[in-house]
Amino acid sequence: MTVQKPLPHDAAPLHVTGAARYVDDIPVPANCLHLAFGLSTIAKGRLSGLDLEAVRTAPGVVAVLSGADFETIPDCSPSAHDEPLLSDGTIHYAGQPLFMVVADTHLNARKAAALGRTTYAEEPPILSIDEAMAAGSIFEDGPRIYTKGDVAAALAASPHVIEGRIEIGGQEHFYLEGQSALALPQEGGDMVVHSSSQHPTEIQHKVADALGVPMNAVRVEVRRMGGGFGGKESQGNHLAIACAIAAARTGRPCKMRYDRDDDFIITGKRHDARITYRAGFGDDGRLTGVEFTHLIRCGWAMDLSLPVADRAMLHADNAYDLPAARITSHRLKTNTQSATAFRGFGGPQGMVGIERVMDHVAHVLGRDPLAVRRTNYYPEARAADGAPEGSISGKKKQGAVLDTADLAGRGSVRVETGTGSATRFGAVHSPGAGAAKSGVTPYGMEVEDFILGALTEQLVETADYAARKAAVAEWNAAHDILKKGIALTPVKFGISFTLTHLNQAGALVHVYQDGSVHMNHGGTEMGQGLFQKVAQVAASRFGLPLDRVKITATDTGKVPNTSATAASSGSDLNGMAVKAACDEICARIAEVVAPDLQAEAAQVVFQGGMVRAGQAEMRFEEAVQKAYLSRVSLSATGFYKTPKIAWDRIAGKGRPFFYFAYGAACSEVVIDTLTGENRILRTDIVHDCGASLNPALDIGQIEGGFVQGAGWLTMEELVWDATGALKTHAPSTYKIPACSDRPRIFNVALWAGENREETIYRSKAVGEPPFMLGMSVFSALADACSACGPHFPDLQAPATAEAVLAAVHRARGPA
Amino acid sequence: MGTRFILNGVPQDVTEAPTVTLLDWLRETRGLTGTKEGCNEGDCGACTVMVTDENGARALNACILFLPQLEGKAVRTVEGIAGPDGALHPVQQAMIDHHGSQCGFCTPGFVVSMAVAHLNGARDFDNQLAGNLCRCTGYAPIIRAAEAAADAPVPDWMDDAGALEEVAGPVPPYAPETADALAEWYAANPDGTLVAGATDVGLWVTKGLRDLAPVAFLNNCTDLKGITVTDDTIRIGAMTTLTDLLPVMAERHPSFAELIRRYGSVQVRNAATVGGNIANGSPIGDSPPALIALGATLHLRHGDARREMPLEDFFLDYGKQDRAPGEFVEAVSVPVQPDRLRCYKISKRFDQDISALCGCFNLTVTDGIVTGARIAFGGMAGIPKRAAAVEAALLGKPWTLDTVTAALPRFAEDFTPLSDMRASSGYRLRTAQGLLIRYFHDISGAPASVLEVAP
Repeated sequence: MTVQKPLPHDAAPLHVTGAARYVDDIPVPANCLHLAFGLSTIAKGRLSGLDLEAVRTAPGVVAVLSGADFETIPDCSPSAHDEPLLSDGTIHYAGQPLFMVVADTHLNARKAAALGRTTYAEEPPILSIDEAMAAGSIFEDGPRIYTKGDVAAALAASPHVIEGRIEIGGQEHFYLEGQSALALPQEGGDMVVHSSSQHPTEIQHKVADALGVPMNAVRVEVRRMGGGFGGKESQGNHLAIACAIAAARTGRPCKMRYDRDDDFIITGKRHDARITYRAGFGDDGRLTGVEFTHLIRCGWAMDLSLPVADRAMLHADNAYDLPAARITSHRLKTNTQSATAFRGFGGPQGMVGIERVMDHVAHVLGRDPLAVRRTNYYPEARAADGAPEGSISGKKKQGAVLDTADLAGRGSVRVETGTGSATRFGAVHSPGAGAAKSGVTPYGMEVEDFILGALTEQLVETADYAARKAAVAEWNAAHDILKKGIALTPVKFGISFTLTHLNQAGALVHVYQDGSVHMNHGGTEMGQGLFQKVAQVAASRFGLPLDRVKITATDTGKVPNTSATAASSGSDLNGMAVKAACDEICARIAEVVAPDLQAEAAQVVFQGGMVRAGQAEMRFEEAVQKAYLSRVSLSATGFYKTPKIAWDRIAGKGRPFFYFAYGAACSEVVIDTLTGENRILRTDIVHDCGASLNPALDIGQIEGGFVQGAGWLTMEELVWDATGALKTHAPSTYKIPACSDRPRIFNVALWAGENREETIYRSKAVGEPPFMLGMSVFSALADACSACGPHFPDLQAPATAEAVLAAVHRARGPA
Repeated sequence: MGTRFILNGVPQDVTEAPTVTLLDWLRETRGLTGTKEGCNEGDCGACTVMVTDENGARALNACILFLPQLEGKAVRTVEGIAGPDGALHPVQQAMIDHHGSQCGFCTPGFVVSMAVAHLNGARDFDNQLAGNLCRCTGYAPIIRAAEAAADAPVPDWMDDAGALEEVAGPVPPYAPETADALAEWYAANPDGTLVAGATDVGLWVTKGLRDLAPVAFLNNCTDLKGITVTDDTIRIGAMTTLTDLLPVMAERHPSFAELIRRYGSVQVRNAATVGGNIANGSPIGDSPPALIALGATLHLRHGDARREMPLEDFFLDYGKQDRAPGEFVEAVSVPVQPDRLRCYKISKRFDQDISALCGCFNLTVTDGIVTGARIAFGGMAGIPKRAAAVEAALLGKPWTLDTVTAALPRFAEDFTPLSDMRASSGYRLRTAQGLLIRYFHDISGAPASVLEVAP
């Protein structure tokens, strides 16, 4: 079986030779045009004048379009229809596209776009969390609140109560390949779009909407992205729409790619946040209750902010069994880039809140933070626990909302509660409102698969935590200027789209007469190795070597109505859909060849390139030919929907997740108390991928996710000035980790186990969960700061040198 | 006549406008799309190419490399790293075997950087690859691949040196071959732009979208390159790259060499020149503070007229230098001296970042008394600047922590730093003080940098 083998990425030979094609590498017809946006330089106000004469007469310019050139300005939003492609006269943020240039070359388009002359009626922008709260500038009618138990009573009865707050910075995706799209006009008004997008169906829907054609007139193809990380779930819409419109109007192919600075300035990033907390606990560090307030800065448009903020709430507990909890979430509307999906999708922010509480509790009690963490873990799953019986997802939806809303987007707002989405949460898994039951999340889901107790124990041993903790203390006692810190932090991450209906996937599998297999599925390849994993599944189902299976570009003409490749769901959903299609074809072949093998169809197995029953066997190719000659279809679609899930996001109750993925990391750091400079010395990780489909690819996700997560919480800092202009808009000013920033010693192990739920070969999703292993670095830095003095260092994120130095001084207290 | 160079083994003669970048030419004119544009400013390394000249092979960023800079050289792109028959280079095979690519977009740049390091026998991979950003892998598998390929023999197709004579010969008029010719051209074209390594000027074109005409490329001025060491002076030609300065400083002032190691990346240091780093007058260039602390003298030339000055006097105000139109930096020289220099660069990221502040300290202590003090900072003012008040507070005092502590408040007299995206004013001032304390401990041998701490 090819599943579970550590095979290289299927495109690796293309990557290393430069032969792998990205959107900008696709050869285009000679008459291809190139687009660039002219951008707002103020954050809020009205566009009182827009003189585009110099733009129109610039060399190479073919057309210039502004909002005034549209009867209805096309919408780019994945949710609330609140993102016009070009400003309608209102300016919402510095960087908002005002007009678009269509020119003969990329450089001429950029040069012309810089020539627009604008006059503005400026208004004071709402930029900060405080300004937004003061102005009541929010999305939704008010804060979302999830509650479990009576927190006020719990805090009142607690031996200890702490309060605090942590600022958590945002994060630029910095996918190495910037946003790009290419639109090729077809006969009869059809459009083919190549997009660097995690969500081809979204692109198809938005382009069709912009062109005023049905979705069947638009075909979107995505071969690969040069990185996505969530930044290409919705942020590619603008380019694809702009290209399609320009292509439709000029009849010529149109391509657009953002220059890196434009990419920073135009597109959304990870939501920054402030989390305030009040937590009660006993002398042993066991929490009695926690109140969190999440203040999430969403930027100017809704985009995916509601489900992002929801997921932050859903991870406010992380690995900890909170007897009582109240989580209040404000989604703030500000005149900045519209924050969007980014690996973890709010989960990381929510987790940082509770991990901060753990460190704070440990500081107050003078206990090892790891001991406090373990004291608060959810109860470990019992080995005997089987997967719960039955499914609660089968109920037909009633009164479904059917309009042209963007149903395939995670920001879909028409179906957020009750009808049209999940069934309302029923009795099966409901612990009942307000019941402070152990082993139940603040949103009422039982944690049935918790393995962090054992996983942590393994990591404590392999990382030699106790001895190294003591060694760090000893080292610190001997050093005044440099201080070390160590921390071990867990991750429990919920797997499924919280918008339940998105948890579906399709696949299309063809077996050709020669026995070769061609396959498509709805997932997109952004580097995570999804195509390889899914090909391994198909090869295993057919019992073929991997080189007999080919996956080609994701194509809305092959597999329709796909969900974004997001929420870590890619291999879970598409692997199952492909398996269903393969099994369908295998069953048909088995029917044909069973008589030849003198067996029942049910006894026929596909293995080692052969089709067998007992001792009788024939080559796969022979079986395929027999099926063809018998006029049996060798093509099938497959479909999958995730069972068991149901979620009411307004009530904050249900089972939003099919299962949880787990992991833990132990990091050791050193800081300089004179400058705040810091670095990671060593990191050890144990991570749970269930029965891994491909251990090499999974370890790649873990190593890469960890470094990206550590970057978010250390050196990656977004800075806006007082006018709302983003000042960190290129890699010269925004620093992602470089080669030497990875831990000197970096040990990654996979947890030996399998998913208790019935996923594809009992594997677990791996895209997002390892990102949050980076929290171990942040806690280790806080630990090092704590070594500098008696006070709580109150380290803020990102822990730049400046933030660490401030925390060192807070730890020391007033001079 | 155009620019002549060799591309993947084949001679070229190109007549594009002189400010067309190699990257745009490769991708748009030649259809060689393996070389990627990640940032268009020399920070991400996705466009890395190998350039060979008489001094050997080096990695450069194609996005800020103008075609005339390639005159007489050989270029090898990712398409030319595999053999003519498609055989993979050992670093390519290792990248596959060790899972060094995920999304693959940075991979061609990494492969070229790795192939150049492999060719040159370099094994300090963290340094060699500091100029290549990857957002997917966390770098660990890439380093494993580099290590795995290190001992493999260099494939014969990687040798471009033998073919250079095919493109030797006369050069275009905008590429003077001597300092004299340059002096004459610049005196006649005082509004012209001099392009040395283009690590700064390149961005005027790719980001500023500026037209540069008239322009002169200095890469053929061989007499502006190189370092001459006499008994009492180290003279550094303006066109000396930071790469070439590093080994000279490693022998005499290792802390300066360590600063250069963190200056840009391999690709940037291979292009960036000492003269350019001074002449552009940046307040955050890293070599001026170190050179000022060493007591450097700047050598300027206009036509046949030459003058010199202490380097710190060249920087008048933000964006303003003591340089007449048509006058250019010919060299900078520093006195040979015992090594007491320490250079401290503070930035958000250790490698390939612009300094929030850069402090360089060079104190002379005789019989326990401070008898000489040269302290210079970048990032603390509109120009690279000496900390005169701090120096004064130290001079003549016993070299003790008390003296250091007493001098700390004087930083506020020397500097009123800005707050910007790199750091706040308060942090800069506090950290500048911290660096003087660090110098005190460092010079006496105590551990002073997190970079020196082993796990």
